[in-house]
Amino acid sequence: MKRILVLVKQVPATENVKLDEETGTMVRTGMEAVINPLDLYAVEEAIRLKEKEGGDLQVSVLSMGPPQAVEAVREAIAMGCDEGFLLSGREFAGADTWATAYALSCAIRTLGAVDLVLCGERATDGETGQVGPMVGAFLDLPLLTYVSRIEQIDDGGLVAHRAVEGGHEVLETRLPALLSVVKEINEPRLPTLAGKMRARRAAVPVLGPRDVGAEPENLGLAGSPTRVVKVFYPSLTRAGRTLSVEAESLDVCVDRLVEFLESIGILGQAGEN
Amino acid sequence: MDHGVWVLGEERNGAVHPVSYEMLAWGRGLADALGERLTCVLLCAEAGREARELVYRGADAVRVASHPELAAFTLEPFARIVSRLVQEHRPEILLASATTMGRTLMPVLAAKLHTGLTADCTGLEIDASERLLIQTRPAIGGNVMAMIKTPERRPQMATVRPRSKRPLPRDPSSAGEIIEESIRPGELESRTTRLRFEPDVTSDVPIQEANVLVAGGRGMKDARSFQKLFDLARFLGGAVGASRAAVDQGWIPYSHQVGLSGKSVTPKLYLALGISGSANHLAGMSASEVVVAINKDPEASIFRLADLGIVGDLTEVLPALLARLDRREGRRAPEEGPR
Repeated sequence: MKRILVLVKQVPATENVKLDEETGTMVRTGMEAVINPLDLYAVEEAIRLKEKEGGDLQVSVLSMGPPQAVEAVREAIAMGCDEGFLLSGREFAGADTWATAYALSCAIRTLGAVDLVLCGERATDGETGQVGPMVGAFLDLPLLTYVSRIEQIDDGGLVAHRAVEGGHEVLETRLPALLSVVKEINEPRLPTLAGKMRARRAAVPVLGPRDVGAEPENLGLAGSPTRVVKVFYPSLTRAGRTLSVEAESLDVCVDRLVEFLESIGILGQAGEN
Repeated sequence: MDHGVWVLGEERNGAVHPVSYEMLAWGRGLADALGERLTCVLLCAEAGREARELVYRGADAVRVASHPELAAFTLEPFARIVSRLVQEHRPEILLASATTMGRTLMPVLAAKLHTGLTADCTGLEIDASERLLIQTRPAIGGNVMAMIKTPERRPQMATVRPRSKRPLPRDPSSAGEIIEESIRPGELESRTTRLRFEPDVTSDVPIQEANVLVAGGRGMKDARSFQKLFDLARFLGGAVGASRAAVDQGWIPYSHQVGLSGKSVTPKLYLALGISGSANHLAGMSASEVVVAINKDPEASIFRLADLGIVGDLTEVLPALLARLDRREGRRAPEEGPR
């Protein structure tokens, strides 16, 4: 293996996010942001493979986002990635998962030969988990999602475990391939001070649509097949009744609760077998 | 011209998985709203009576592609066959459950078919004027809901959160067409081989399968009182779930977490104990049949969803409830005779 590429996304550090009412996409300006926590597992796995393999295996990191997303790339470099790139430009703004994956796949092609692409299972903001698999499809790479362990890997291919419903599936595939990884796979390291210094000094080239040969009509909001109709705050109500221990006493509340459980058949009626 | 609503069925270990019936329940409503046919696509090892079950659960037609190599989900053959069928028959809508299969296959199909895909929807409806699929999903940690459409590209694709709808009752009198699809040369080729499957070894009832779910949150205060939930679950014949806060405290493993960042559940009874009801949590349990909430804070959002709410401190209410159930069982035990 010569090169591993890790895809990362910058996400808001908190859940208090504002939305652009027109596009329904997140307002990313002026907000504290971090590398998507689930991407750290992909970064860690790449660095571990490099440490195991040694030699000239290179780990590159790629992100797409506004200019400040360069910080996510630097965080990955601080952990031990060799180099980083940022795909950025107004043309990419408002992209849905299809348009994002399209743009990323153009960038990956531009970056040259890659043996393995790693990404996190999903980002903690959008939570779609679609971009990784879509990138795999655009690049026509073998794709393994929910990877919880890479059992074996060499130039010919790899054996990996997928965490699926009810157990783990063990699969063999050839390289190059794209893997999305889950939390189980490792415990991400913290960047060292030396790593942070290196990351701060690292040149992170910014790639625009023309640099990666992307078709303009497939980019950003205009290139997105989906549209946000509206966003709203969920209002849920069930008009139930509420008792209070303070007002009714503990005993009465427990009585009412037991009666209620009997009435819906969860507890047998008192005295019944 | 419209070409109907399609849902992907899903098999596990040679049997149709119930998520397929949930998908049919979603698809049925949409097909009826459009006045269209509902088709279920099933890829499996052997076309048998399984296909008929899908008709009993709401499908007008079932397209079955069967081959021993399709026994387990493998991406490349599945993607090739389904995308070929979609290109031949041009459904308006294509849905799959947001299982590990759906969440892998659907993005690949959407990329290949150049169409939109919305992940993990909790609501689907037809906009009557435009006849478009309106896909609702929680966004940003469940703090808001987003409604999404795919105005031009076809099919309109969505994965749907498992357990967000109940299957339709089985109706063996429903008639439907079973269409056996042939497999074309090369469609089964794959660069990936499945070597083996290692099932989880656990004795826990998965929280998604429990009839009664006793879920605890931060209001349980500590690991010891959280443990009491297992006693309550035993009395009620249920399993124990938790909010993210309780999991983060290390009181119970992540596999028990209910909510957007955990699992969606639809038990007959959901007991929320010391759970305030963040949007994240509500997104995972709001489809429960009956909800009982106990919380110290009368303003807790969970009460909005509760059929019965009790405002009180769990460290008082839970021991009192357990003592009552204990006495009750003691009173009933003699009547039950020797065990």
